[in-house]
Amino acid sequence: MNVAAPDLAPETATPFVLDSAPEIALVGCPNSGKTALFNVLTGARQKVANYAGVTVERKEGAFVTPAGRSVKILDLPGTYSLRGRSPDEAVTRDVVLGRLDGEAIPDAVICVADATNLRLVLRLVLELKSVGRPMILALNMVDIVERLGGRVDPERLSQELGIPVVTTVAVRKGGADDLIAAVDRLDFGRRVDVHGWSEPTGDEIRAAHAEAARILQACAFHPGDEKLTRRLDRVLLHPVAGLAILFAILFLVFQAVFTWAAPAMDLIKAGAGLVGDTLRIALPDGILRSLLVDGVVAGVGSVLVFLPQILILFLFIILLEDFGYMARAAFLMDRLMAGTGLHGRAFIPLLSSFACAIPGVMAARVIENRRDRLATILVAPLMTCSARLPVYTLVISAFVPDRTVLGGMGLQGLVMFALFSAGIGSALVVAFVLKKLVWREAPEPFLMELPDYKWPRPWNVALGLWQRAEVFLRRAGTIILALMVLIWFLSSWPAPPEGAVGPAIDWSIAGRVGHWLTPLFAPIGFNWQIVVALIPGMAAREVAVGALATVYALSATGEEVGQALQPILAAEWSLPTALSLLAWFVFAPQCASTLAVVKRETNSWAWPAVMFGYMATLAYLAAFLTFHIATWALT
Amino acid sequence: MSSSSLTLADPAEPDRLGACPRGWSGWVTGYEATDALSIPWNELERRLLEMGFVEGARLEVLQEGPIARDPIAVRVDDLTVAVRRRDAAVIRVSAAE
Repeated sequence: MNVAAPDLAPETATPFVLDSAPEIALVGCPNSGKTALFNVLTGARQKVANYAGVTVERKEGAFVTPAGRSVKILDLPGTYSLRGRSPDEAVTRDVVLGRLDGEAIPDAVICVADATNLRLVLRLVLELKSVGRPMILALNMVDIVERLGGRVDPERLSQELGIPVVTTVAVRKGGADDLIAAVDRLDFGRRVDVHGWSEPTGDEIRAAHAEAARILQACAFHPGDEKLTRRLDRVLLHPVAGLAILFAILFLVFQAVFTWAAPAMDLIKAGAGLVGDTLRIALPDGILRSLLVDGVVAGVGSVLVFLPQILILFLFIILLEDFGYMARAAFLMDRLMAGTGLHGRAFIPLLSSFACAIPGVMAARVIENRRDRLATILVAPLMTCSARLPVYTLVISAFVPDRTVLGGMGLQGLVMFALFSAGIGSALVVAFVLKKLVWREAPEPFLMELPDYKWPRPWNVALGLWQRAEVFLRRAGTIILALMVLIWFLSSWPAPPEGAVGPAIDWSIAGRVGHWLTPLFAPIGFNWQIVVALIPGMAAREVAVGALATVYALSATGEEVGQALQPILAAEWSLPTALSLLAWFVFAPQCASTLAVVKRETNSWAWPAVMFGYMATLAYLAAFLTFHIATWALT
Repeated sequence: MSSSSLTLADPAEPDRLGACPRGWSGWVTGYEATDALSIPWNELERRLLEMGFVEGARLEVLQEGPIARDPIAVRVDDLTVAVRRRDAAVIRVSAAE
């Protein structure tokens, strides 16, 4: 890592600064209301991206001070220290110290402090001061201190620390005016030595704590008495009641993602269908019409269809996070999840993945530790998502007799349950193998602040939702759309010649590749029709049903496809083939959108490649074993 | 939970935070490594210090996790921190009178 020379002007330290507006870094402890303050300062003028080469999200915004000064501001990951204990915290350290490639050393630092909890942040302030950049301390949530009968003295604090100290109420309109005024008074021209910081030893941390305690004493600081959180925790962290409430909340989230999103998703599907039909009537038959209708319109529809689930899931995540419940949920789940090597927070992404892996993979960002996050993302698609259900339903109803076994349990339901269990079990095993055997990670200490409960603010929730939607549409949506058009192209070009018999897909590249791949899939009992259907099925798992109908040259559409297909499959496939296909779908990476979102969330094509590789291998092995065991058992 | 935090301590008078039951209150008296550290000593000590577990800090065990009474939610001066008993076992404590 290259260290910027101390006397180097920030403008020359990096080629990526587009204009010469000074850049301020926003630093603070987790739960300090830093992001809320960032939202107040910048409004909707924010840009979300990734830091070059790392998976950490980079949020930049801009604002203009009353004096007309244009300022850029960077919301850095929350941290208690500059030591950089996780990749996110390392970004904060490296940006502040001007060590991160492609980032200019900030012209000034604003440290955000939760005024109800000054002790820890004062130690961070002392550490930041040694960096030597111009700095402002923003005492956030002073309204809460006042309401709780506490006392905080910004003037005295400013004298003791030797830096400007302002009070802010990030959740109130105009609550950052004092801070903005203080930014106007900053002297950005000051050149300072940035080599003042070095990683503190244990005794230096103790000394800094003692200094922080002295300053608080001198200011006669009193945080006030927060009784509500303690009382709520007695219920919400109770070993029995707390777990019951957690599972009730999880059930609600699952229900919401699974069922509330359905009407909106149906609407989007119907809308895409309507636009497609209109174009079909308006345009002459040909490759252009097919591209527009089956490629572009269907592709845009398949991007938009994820939005309802993403918005509903993130509404819950942001509410729970802002309320302060997420840390409690992790507390309750810690021992359960630790056995698999996953973080206590991994259950939200994994649970959401039962509806769809796309919001699930995006939700993994609630996990700070990079490897924990990666492990969660990699196993999320093993959870049985709703797109597998049409395939499962079709194959089960065609091959599994509708009778009861073991005293009243439906055999079909039992098979469905087995498929779900196989998904969950394999996800836990894969996570365990990754964390304990591949990465050989020592368990990270679970050390987490349980913040005071607070009411979520509608503006912050709305802005958070907007950002998730925008990031998904702009970054993942474009990749998904491109993949959809590619899959359309492979399945429909070249068109069959005049007077050709058999399904059109047979003449396409997908058809040819399918035929060519058939020997590879023969050992797991797949016929060429299945293999050909798997290629358009990459668009989404449930597309495989429609693709099978196309391959078997059915004219049925919509709901009737499944019913029309059932007798054909029952006649054409053997039972081992059907079971093998079910086993395949438990594991197969049959979803281009998931791979695209993983690319976006990990900022690299390597991880979707790893995901595709391990899932395809598992799918093949599972299908192979299922096919051969079933064949052997039936003879 | 590390065994060393339990063997010597009288259960009524725990001398390690890792062994303290819900409702216990006292203060931090010092640090001492156990033989079952999750991460290197130097790093674990600094992380705990950074979360406010400094000598003299007032402690109160507010809540225990649902499985094996782990982790614990500890009031550390003005802050509530969740920590596993295994990691809290390196923190020497003394009960309030």
